[in-house]
Amino acid sequence: MNLTLRIWRQAGPDTPGSMTTYQVGGISPDMSFLEMLDTLNEELILRGDAPVAFDHDCREGICGACGMVINGRAHGPERTTTCQLHMRHFEDGDTIDVEPWRAAAFPVVKDLVVDRSAFDRIIGAGGYITAPTGSAPDAHATPVPKEAADTAFEHAECIGCGACVAACPNGSAMLFTSAKVVHLNVLPQGGPERASRVMNMVEAMDAEGFGGCTNTGECATACPKGIPLPSIAAMNREYLRSSLRGGR
Amino acid sequence: MTTVPTVDAMTTASRTARHPSTLATLWRSTVGKKAVMAVSGLAMLLYLVAHMLGNLKVFFGPDDINGYAAWLRTIGQPFLGHEWFLWIARVGLLAAVVLHGVAAFQLSRRDLAARPSKYAHQRRRASYATRTMRWGGVILALFIVWHILDLTTLTVNPAAEHGRPYQNIVASFGNWYSCVIYIVAMLAVGLHVRHGFWSAAQTLGANNARRDRLLKLTANGLALLLTAGFLSVPVAVMTGVVK
Amino acid sequence: MNASPEQNASPEHSASPEHKAHPDPGVHPAPGGYPDYSVGEPIADTRSPQGPIEQRWDQRRFEAKLVNPANRRKHTVIVVGTGLAGGAAGATLAEQGYHVVQFCFQDSPRRAHSIAAQGGINAAKNYRNDGDSVRRLFYDTVKGGDFRARESNVHRLAQVSVEIIDQCVAQGVPFAREYGGLLDTRSFGGVQVSRTFYARGQTGQQLLLGAYQALSRQIAAGNVEMHARTEMLDLLVIDGRARGIVARDLVTGEVSSYTADAVVLASGGYGNVFYLSTNAKNSNATAIWRAHRRGAYFANPCFTQIHPTCIPRSGDHQSKLTLMSESLRNDGRIWVPKAKGDTRPPDEIPEQERDYYLERIYPSFGNLVPRDIASRAAKNVCDEGRGVGPGGQGVYLDFADAVRRLGRDAVEAKYGNLFEMYERITAEDPYRVPMRIYPAIHYTMGGLWVDYDLQTTVPGLFAIGEANFSDHGANRLGASALMQGLADGYFVLPPVLNDYLAREPLPAVPADHEEIASVEAEVADRLNLILAVDGDRTPDSFHRELGELLWDECGMARDEAGLRRALERIPALREEFWRRIKVPGTGQELNQALEKANRLVDYFELAELMCLDALHRAESCGGHFRTESQTPEGEAARRDEEFSYAAAWEFTGTGRAPVLHREHLDFEYVHPTQRSYA
Repeated sequence: MNLTLRIWRQAGPDTPGSMTTYQVGGISPDMSFLEMLDTLNEELILRGDAPVAFDHDCREGICGACGMVINGRAHGPERTTTCQLHMRHFEDGDTIDVEPWRAAAFPVVKDLVVDRSAFDRIIGAGGYITAPTGSAPDAHATPVPKEAADTAFEHAECIGCGACVAACPNGSAMLFTSAKVVHLNVLPQGGPERASRVMNMVEAMDAEGFGGCTNTGECATACPKGIPLPSIAAMNREYLRSSLRGGR
Repeated sequence: MTTVPTVDAMTTASRTARHPSTLATLWRSTVGKKAVMAVSGLAMLLYLVAHMLGNLKVFFGPDDINGYAAWLRTIGQPFLGHEWFLWIARVGLLAAVVLHGVAAFQLSRRDLAARPSKYAHQRRRASYATRTMRWGGVILALFIVWHILDLTTLTVNPAAEHGRPYQNIVASFGNWYSCVIYIVAMLAVGLHVRHGFWSAAQTLGANNARRDRLLKLTANGLALLLTAGFLSVPVAVMTGVVK
Repeated sequence: MNASPEQNASPEHSASPEHKAHPDPGVHPAPGGYPDYSVGEPIADTRSPQGPIEQRWDQRRFEAKLVNPANRRKHTVIVVGTGLAGGAAGATLAEQGYHVVQFCFQDSPRRAHSIAAQGGINAAKNYRNDGDSVRRLFYDTVKGGDFRARESNVHRLAQVSVEIIDQCVAQGVPFAREYGGLLDTRSFGGVQVSRTFYARGQTGQQLLLGAYQALSRQIAAGNVEMHARTEMLDLLVIDGRARGIVARDLVTGEVSSYTADAVVLASGGYGNVFYLSTNAKNSNATAIWRAHRRGAYFANPCFTQIHPTCIPRSGDHQSKLTLMSESLRNDGRIWVPKAKGDTRPPDEIPEQERDYYLERIYPSFGNLVPRDIASRAAKNVCDEGRGVGPGGQGVYLDFADAVRRLGRDAVEAKYGNLFEMYERITAEDPYRVPMRIYPAIHYTMGGLWVDYDLQTTVPGLFAIGEANFSDHGANRLGASALMQGLADGYFVLPPVLNDYLAREPLPAVPADHEEIASVEAEVADRLNLILAVDGDRTPDSFHRELGELLWDECGMARDEAGLRRALERIPALREEFWRRIKVPGTGQELNQALEKANRLVDYFELAELMCLDALHRAESCGGHFRTESQTPEGEAARRDEEFSYAAAWEFTGTGRAPVLHREHLDFEYVHPTQRSYA
């Protein structure tokens, strides 16, 4: 396959960037999208040009490092991570637009690399259960209803890639934050910190400069792990419950 | 194995020590402010349903609806004075509109700031109803002003007969531009309610995976009912069913 | 304390191999230009207490000195890596009051490659009442490691396994549960009890997020100073002790030093030396290799694990390999065509022309033979020219019988998500067309040599998780990597690190210490040298070539001739690298090509040591299969009289002969036997 790529190039956080056009040939439909970019980068290096910087690591859809907006969609046309998107979903001769995640809270570091450390700070504000090593009772001390365990798991699947923020017209981190709130608040172990967790995490989320939720549902559509939109409702419920009880 | 909980117990404590008031916390957070929008929106929605049902009295003739309008002024008597209830309702509605509008304005500004740069590859996003919330809200705010001038203060009403809403309605819808303004506004109401009702449920945490479909159906039903109910009056005037 | 490992790290050993070293009679002199090796003093673990094995860990903790809680803030500990081992260690040390400075090259500590582990985590809970016990887990692990692991360490691992599950549940890790609300378990390869706890196919992710969240709490509380996107490039050894690291900020390119009272390496394994592996693309060996160059012995580098069920490569563009859970072998049947070069589609090959080779060679275990056996058998049939798919590098894993027997729905319920993943990558529907699978590098049992305290031969330098060599011997059992990482991080390292910090006076390192300036300069020089070459080959092209060479000569089956070929080729490739490498840009920016090239420099040296280790170990054991040492049936033949030791290698200089220090392994509790699966 031969493709025309229009890729966002930006040398650093404070330099202006622009869309730059490249031609790549010899692309196999079996390549992943990132392998296609590898091919381009090999050519760029040999030409002495700077290769396109992009975050990636596990390349099996679980680490959450990769992520770019492909033809206007976070992670591209398939509901998966960029590393698991394959070139067979494109046609020979296509022009493909590749851009970094866009959000005020995710400043561009270089090219397609953005700074997602705001997510880490949201987790640090309350996305944990306080259980210092060695303090745990036996694992069977508190049975957890299967339904709660399953709900917790479904929300714990979030890989923190940031597609939800990139897809949201408001650059909102509600789906990311709610996934962690629901994961921990639905479990009995998370009970004691239930109120403070949601209050502190929402406060941290707002402080990072993410937008609010206008319930457009773009986040859940883009989420490669299928975190459902009603998670946000569940977090809102936890938040209102906590604040009306003077929570924390 | 010894652990020293004191070190981080202290740091946790310092974070949780400050306790701003519940309302301040709510208003300051995006989630809380959105809840204010949801509650004020639902209050207005409740009012709209009552308003729409009241409007339908126009089909029972002038005496019916004029009598109904007069009765509205006597609600709560003798405990309340004449028109007291109406004024309480008006103040409440005004508060709802102001809260809804201010919250929407502040949240919108924040949302736009949170996404300062657009994608080069533009693509149609979200549903029609979602995308129309902001300017739909502005249209509705302007319409409310027009509507009050037209049928409450009667400032711009061609008939302007105090205590005789039937005559005022028929007179107002006798103008084509009045009808156009009204019809556009009612379509905006429909779209606004269609997204707003479900959105309010989501914001207030009433939604979950099982209820999602039901809530969306209810939102669509309410939107349709309100739009149809409200539009039936100008349509009836224009077609001569009500004159 | 006599014959302690520190003494073996003394300068007279690292200066030159001629000192006290004599040629090993077991290996012929090298005909080519590659370095041979010499044999130094044996090495021994002196930290494990004597006495009954069940009491050793208690005894060690009792003997350990404690640091007064009020004084812990004054101690700084550097932790490199945020995977299961590093994340757990960082969080726990910070909870105990230490000042932790932690590093990861990823943009967030949550992305460490532990996240990709699928299957589960073993623990001797015996919740099933099926006869499991600490003793049995200990036994299974020693035997599974083909008797090349240290008994004391493995027993401690089995003991601690029980606490790990408690800890993770308390953190909110959503393990699979039964309707009664209790934890579910499943069985895993080569074991007869059900002791594997799991969270669907994402156990590693869930355990890592638990550790990450505990770590995040400590970061927010100010007890952990986290440096993400910062890569360790060297170790600071001052007055014979590890006192810090030199690291590069990957965004600004700035090279800085960080000093501490102890350094903990939790930087994972070195499987990426093969280029194609199931490791994450950026997982690398630089941290452990730099430590090795500074005096830490590297043990058993040739012990690498090859997983039999990975998706085969689809072409030269392939950048990594993806694992398909081993559980598929429960219902899938593995076969290749009987005839060589048969290119017919699988559904046109009649039953009698198919070779279900595992069922044929191993009638009693069939498709469920252990990983190393299944991997080697696949390689053999492909070498015979009977492999399927592009390049003939694959075998069929066929579910047609399972679908016929159980129905499509039942198969879907069991393996639906795996089938979907397979189809996403290959665009083939495994319900209709047999899957194609091929073995791939998955895990490295070798690593930095550590004693019972997980301390390397450099005092104050600790290695935990996959970065060390301690628990898995020559082969790791399924679901044991997660167990070891968390055991080391949560429970083993903290008390023994306490002991180190309490015992030794550790005067502060002045910021202008000459060693700091000199190591920083070395690091910067190396980066500048790479940038200055301006040749005509990319880092990836070298990495691919090195990987293919290792895969061919030091992969699933190794022999003397091949290893010698590799040992001649690697130095030549390294030399070519310094002539032809091309890295655009500068060192003062985010430069991913520079990162790759810099890691590659260490891979060349590591690859050489791997091949040398594989060459010197003229026996087969676990994942290390020397074709010269096999039973008449073609199975791995251990040679316990000669090789019942861990090989700890001492670095003497690039391209120079390393020194071998043998740690003799005694088996008091589990007696070595030969494995048989026929």
